[in-house]
Amino acid sequence: MSDFDVKYVAHLARIALAPGEEERLAAQLGNILGYIEKLKELDVREVEPTAHAVPLINVFRDDEIRPSLTNEEALRNAPSKANGLFLVPKIVE
Amino acid sequence: MLNQLTISELAAKLGQREVSSREAMQDCLDQIQRVDTTIHAFLSHDAADALAQADAADQQLASGTTHAQKPLLGIPIAIKDVLAVKNQPLNCGSKILGKFISPYDATAIEKLKAAGAIVFGRLNMDEFAMGSSTENSAFGVTRNPWDTTRIPGGSSGGSAAAVAAQECLASLGTDTGGSIRQPAALCGCVGLKPTYGRISRYGLVAFASSLDQIGPFTKDVRDTATLLEVMSGVDHRDSTSVPQPVPNYAAALNGEIRGLKLGLPREYMIGGMNPEVSAAVQAAVKQLEKLGAEIVEISLPHTDYAVATYYIVATAEASANLARFDGIRYGARVEGADPTDLYCRTRGAGFGAEVKRRIILGTYVLSSGYYDAFYLRAQKVRTLIRQDFLKAFEKVDAIVTPTTPTPAFKIGEKSDDPLQMYLSDIFTISCNLAGIPGISIPCGFTTNPKLPVGLQLLGKPFGEETILKIAHAYEQSTGWHREKAALK
Repeated sequence: MSDFDVKYVAHLARIALAPGEEERLAAQLGNILGYIEKLKELDVREVEPTAHAVPLINVFRDDEIRPSLTNEEALRNAPSKANGLFLVPKIVE
Repeated sequence: MLNQLTISELAAKLGQREVSSREAMQDCLDQIQRVDTTIHAFLSHDAADALAQADAADQQLASGTTHAQKPLLGIPIAIKDVLAVKNQPLNCGSKILGKFISPYDATAIEKLKAAGAIVFGRLNMDEFAMGSSTENSAFGVTRNPWDTTRIPGGSSGGSAAAVAAQECLASLGTDTGGSIRQPAALCGCVGLKPTYGRISRYGLVAFASSLDQIGPFTKDVRDTATLLEVMSGVDHRDSTSVPQPVPNYAAALNGEIRGLKLGLPREYMIGGMNPEVSAAVQAAVKQLEKLGAEIVEISLPHTDYAVATYYIVATAEASANLARFDGIRYGARVEGADPTDLYCRTRGAGFGAEVKRRIILGTYVLSSGYYDAFYLRAQKVRTLIRQDFLKAFEKVDAIVTPTTPTPAFKIGEKSDDPLQMYLSDIFTISCNLAGIPGISIPCGFTTNPKLPVGLQLLGKPFGEETILKIAHAYEQSTGWHREKAALK
């Protein structure tokens, strides 16, 4: 796949790659993309796509309050927190 | 040695008050101590908590609670590290979750607990269930109890190895493309992937949401039927769980398979099959015929496209599902100059090679300009694969195939070649794409070395009773499932 830019796609996926890692991944993914090309052999113009094998339509529930995690439980695994909130790097200057 | 028993055997002894749950739990813990430094099925376990659960079960037994009321009362069951168990670690075999402790129970776990089970231990797996050998765990490989130079299969390798090494009575795993059936086959246990929607996935860390299912690993088919019945059913917290009544699965195990039609797909007779695996599967088909089943050759014409379809659908869904691991709300964080930099560094440091490979592939097949060519096309081919099965099931009651083309391979043998690793799932992947149930049961061994071979039975949507009935009749007439790994 000549147009497969591993650096660009890795950035879309928000994954930083080390230089050696980039080349290895590009080679392996080229190989895999070559293999999945075989789907182009099939004529699928008249075929509907399947998103789920057992499709359920309109799964609704009543709009009522149910028990959920407490603030403390929700923050329990946070890498950085203060005053009952998640701490994140500055977004707006 | 109560750890060697099946669930039904131990339940009978507990019910008679012949033994205690504490003794059974202690035997499992002793076995873990004895063999797990080599096998490494467990990432962690809390012995004191497990024994406390056993004591609580013993009190209930003493006060008259029966296994008719709580079918798993006092039974030690270990859990793949991808299912949330309240107040226990959850890492998905990855570094990215850091010191994560689950704040709640998965629905499947809640149901095990309500049925009286001792829920203990975290079982090793390929990182985020991506792999076929458990070599992709960030915490080291698990070894096959039948030959410790070999892989146990994956991604639920720890779940299969723990049952095969008699470290627990049964375990839970998950199956997205064969991750229960393939390790069950390679370790010589029974493993079931239920119909899509049969068991709630609430509390299961998602890999590919249109494919993932939870299922049991056990030492015989009856135990699988018991666990399936306990865990099945609709759940308002998982909108993909299906409101289909839950039958009494064990009642289907009556040995009566005369007149059932079993399909043999001609596309599964591939080159590159290990001859001993082929021979064992052929002998199993003969045995099923002897038991009265009628064998019919069928065709699943799009089989050859299943692996390619799977690696588009599964990676696309994974790239979306794993976006949540961003270092903000939980897990390990690597700080950065701005939020984007933080995400990139956190994910670059936290994910292993296979997970990065799949997220990047999935991002690519979903990206602008490639969506139609890859993802939409794969969803259409998925329709063709599903139709192949539905058409076949107009003629047959179940389909019989090998679970894997070869027995367990050597540690390191395929770890540098992802495509070869993917192709080892060739017989298990279609089942997830079609959303149907599949079970793997032991059907013999290779000779030198002695390694288990698995037979796969595939059923109609919600046709678990039929495949369990066939699997049970076969198992009871052969006894392969009673052979145990020597474990030096």
